[in-house]
Parts: sequence; structure tokens; C-alpha cells
Amino acid sequence: MTLVELKGVDVRLAGHRALQGVDFAMQAGEIVTVVGPNGSGKSTLARTLIGAVKPTAGRVTRAPGLRIGYVPQKLQIDATLPMPVRRFLDLPNRVSSAAAQDALIQAGAGDLGNRPMTGLSGGQFQRVLLARALLNDPQLLILDEATQGLDQPGAAAFYRRIEQVRQDTGCGILMVSHDLHVVMAASDRVICLNGHVCCQGAPSHVASAPEYRALFGTGTQGALALYQHQHSHSHDGGHDHHHHHDGCSHTHPEAAE
Amino acid sequence: MSFLDDFLVRAALAGLGVALATAPLGCFVVWRRMAYFGDATAHAAILGVALALTFEVSIFAGALSVALLMALVSAGLSGRTHASDTLLGVLAHTALAAGLVAASFLSGVRIDLMGYLFGDILAVSRADLGVIWAGAALVALLIGWRWSALLTSTLNPDLAYAAGINPERERRVLMVALAIVVAVALKVVGALLIVSMLIIPAAAARPLSNGPERMAILAALAGSIAALGGLWGAWTFDTPTGPTIVCTAAVLFALATLGERVAALTTRRG
Repeated sequence: MTLVELKGVDVRLAGHRALQGVDFAMQAGEIVTVVGPNGSGKSTLARTLIGAVKPTAGRVTRAPGLRIGYVPQKLQIDATLPMPVRRFLDLPNRVSSAAAQDALIQAGAGDLGNRPMTGLSGGQFQRVLLARALLNDPQLLILDEATQGLDQPGAAAFYRRIEQVRQDTGCGILMVSHDLHVVMAASDRVICLNGHVCCQGAPSHVASAPEYRALFGTGTQGALALYQHQHSHSHDGGHDHHHHHDGCSHTHPEAAE
Repeated sequence: MSFLDDFLVRAALAGLGVALATAPLGCFVVWRRMAYFGDATAHAAILGVALALTFEVSIFAGALSVALLMALVSAGLSGRTHASDTLLGVLAHTALAAGLVAASFLSGVRIDLMGYLFGDILAVSRADLGVIWAGAALVALLIGWRWSALLTSTLNPDLAYAAGINPERERRVLMVALAIVVAVALKVVGALLIVSMLIIPAAAARPLSNGPERMAILAALAGSIAALGGLWGAWTFDTPTGPTIVCTAAVLFALATLGERVAALTTRRG
């Protein structure tokens, strides 16, 4: 089942062309990672998917009644707004105490319910954001840099949790990350973004694609050994997704105008 | 002789009505940092009053429509070329100045300018009281109905979008509520002090609140105490009523803030 689909999507933000001709679809049950350098439109892509950014051209189609769990890249809570963790989980829909506690425990934040959101550390805050995204039975999880501020065991637990959520609920998961090797190892499909989709496919395929290397260099290859070591049998799959665009060499699309 | 014949009773009820409407809305004004925006909307009401007198329509309708227009215009313009506070400052003071200039052209009509700038709660009529309570109830219902969506949009617009809420729409709800409160409170505290009734009770409630709902309820309580206390103070000390109400609210704010500091100090020692 297609959860959300972008067709030929252009996005302009403050006169800057953030996305250009993006074709992209998310299926239920797949884990997709978006990688790309700073300013490559990763967060814009996520925000277009949730409907916060309107495309200047192209079309966004969401499955009717699609339930999205979203972890934004940045969330600043004004100190004037008293917001305990438990109340935060009730936004916008009230959830039962059992469901809330369950989500907190699963996100590794079981003891934080009564704490004010503004008093949490970065890592605790991320766990609470994840707990909230997991409530209300989402069909699509969109996680924008969701592991920022987490320590390594926390991040590892986070990825195990994501995998478990996919298995339990069959929801689609879109992750945006800088954490290249770990994230790519955990995903079914990787989108390499730089204003447009440079290349996409199975992680091993993308990691060896010239477009990806043009953006990230070959330095990440060693880190990917983790992936290759674990899944060296799956190298043949995934090539069918491969799209070639001429463009990764001109890194910023608007520079060509 | 009925209960409402007493002008002090009418004044007290008018103050309570305004306090109940400004409390939940004022929380959003504080959370969203809309104080200047509130000022622009409130000051525009003076222009509305002048226009209403010129065209001989009801003052309430004039103040409401110009305030609403100002809210929509300033929301549409903000964040384009100028910083928001610059733009709102321009709009707020221009609206006030233009209102005063327009009022000066009304040669035939005697206009009690001080009354509209600082309120004249002791002159509230039965009809005024009806308008105030109807407007207050409308605002309370509006905010109550949209509460969760408003709160989510206030926290983060993207979280709202992801949950299928349009934060732009919620913002317009707030603007309509703000314009109604301005029109309703004009008679009670006046255009210059309306924003203080939005902000000060909410700010006084903040140190005592551990959740948004509690803050709104405590703000309503603080606003009510300020209205009644201010009325009593104005009566006792023969001071202008609107400013006395605001001063009472400020005392509550000072007490709450001081109490929080003291509590923080004792916790640290203990």
C-alpha cells in the first residue's frame, strides 16, 4: 500500500529552490533513509510529506486518513508554556494512561512522565518525542534526525525499537539522518538527496554509487563495512530502484540558474 | 429595583466577564509571544470607534471590525520584509494615532476619548453587560472548542500539520477571538490597557502552573481577583478604575513571581 507519493515536486523556500523534480513514494512496511549533505532538502522533504510545506509544482498524494507520527528536527518549547511530558503525549489526541506509559517505557523514558518538557536533557527530550510519535497507531513514521542527543547505546536501542515497530505494526518509516552508516544499515532503501534525488536503492548499492561518493567521498566506505559484514548476502537486490540523474556534480540546483 | 440597577454590580459583572474571556486567550498571547500583536489589534479599536461614530453604527461593531481587519492585515504582513515587532509597532501606533486624528474630526459629536483609551467600567449599561458576556462566552467557547488543536499548533506548527491540523487556521481562530475580546473589553479597561488584561493574569499564573489547563484556570482566577479588587480599590481610593484593575493584576503578578523565587530558595537550602 502506498502511504504517500510525491510526483515531480518542486519546493521553493524564501526564493531558494529547496527541492526540484522529486519523485518519491513510501510503501507500508518499509524503512527508508534519506541522506544528503547540509542544505540538501532532507528536512524539507520530510516537511513536504507531512503537509507543512506546499510544493510550488508537482503533486503530493497521501493515503486517505493517513496517520503520521512525526519527530521534528527541532522543537523549541517556550518556557512560558508549562508542559509536563504526560500532557505532551496527549497532544492533540488524549491517550490512555496505560498507552502513554507503555510508549514512554518503549522509548526508554518510563520515569519521565511527570517532568516538565523544558527540564529534559537533549537525549530525554528525543525519547519523549519518539514516544509521542509512536502513539495513536501511526501508519507512517517520519523521523527527522531522531537520534540527535542520544548516546550510542540509546541510538542503538532506538534503531532496534524502530525495527520492532515495523515488525509489530507494519508501518512505513522514513528517517532523515546524518548518521550515515548506522542508519543505512538499518534501512531497506536509501535515498540520496541533494535538492533532487541523486540516487536511490538498497544501502549497499547507494554506498557504491558514484553520485553518493561525489557527495560524501569514499571515506564512509569503511563505516559501511558494518553493513556489508552483516548483510553481505543481499548485494544483488535493490538495483531496480536505481535512477540516474545527471546532477550530483552541480551540488546546488539553483547555482545552475 | 433589580440587582442589575446598581452600577457597581454591573461593573463587577463586566470585569468578571472580561477576566474570563481574557484568561485563556491571554495564555496563548503569552505562549505565542503575541503581545505586540495584541497591542496592534487593540489600538486599532480606537480607529474603529472613530469610524463608528462617523458612520453612526454601533461602537462595538466598529471596534470589532477594525480590530479584526488589523489582526488579519498584520498577520498577513508579518515576517515578509520587516521584523515582526517593527511592523507591528508601526501598525499599532499608526492605528492609535490615526484613530485619535479621526476622532478630532468629529466636531459635532462629543467623544469621551479617555473612556475609550482607559475604559469606563462604572458606566457599563445593561446592554453593554449583555454584549460583554455574550462576547466573553463566545471567546471561551471558541478557545475551548479549539483548545487541543491550538495548543498543538502553538507548541510546534509541524507537529500540528503531521496530526492533520492546519496551524494557519488555528491562528485565524485566535485572531477572531482577540478581536472579539478587544471589542468587548474596550468599555472595561480601554484600548491602551486591554493587552495588560491578557498578559498579566496569564503571567501571574505561570509560576503556579504545571500544565496549560491549570495556567488558564489560574489566569481566570487572577483576572477575576484583579477586576474585583481593582473595582474596590478605585471605589475606596477614588482612582480611575481601568488602571486600578491593571495595577491590582500587576500586584498579583509580583506576588506570584516573588513566591516562586522564595520557594526556589527554600528548596535549594532544604
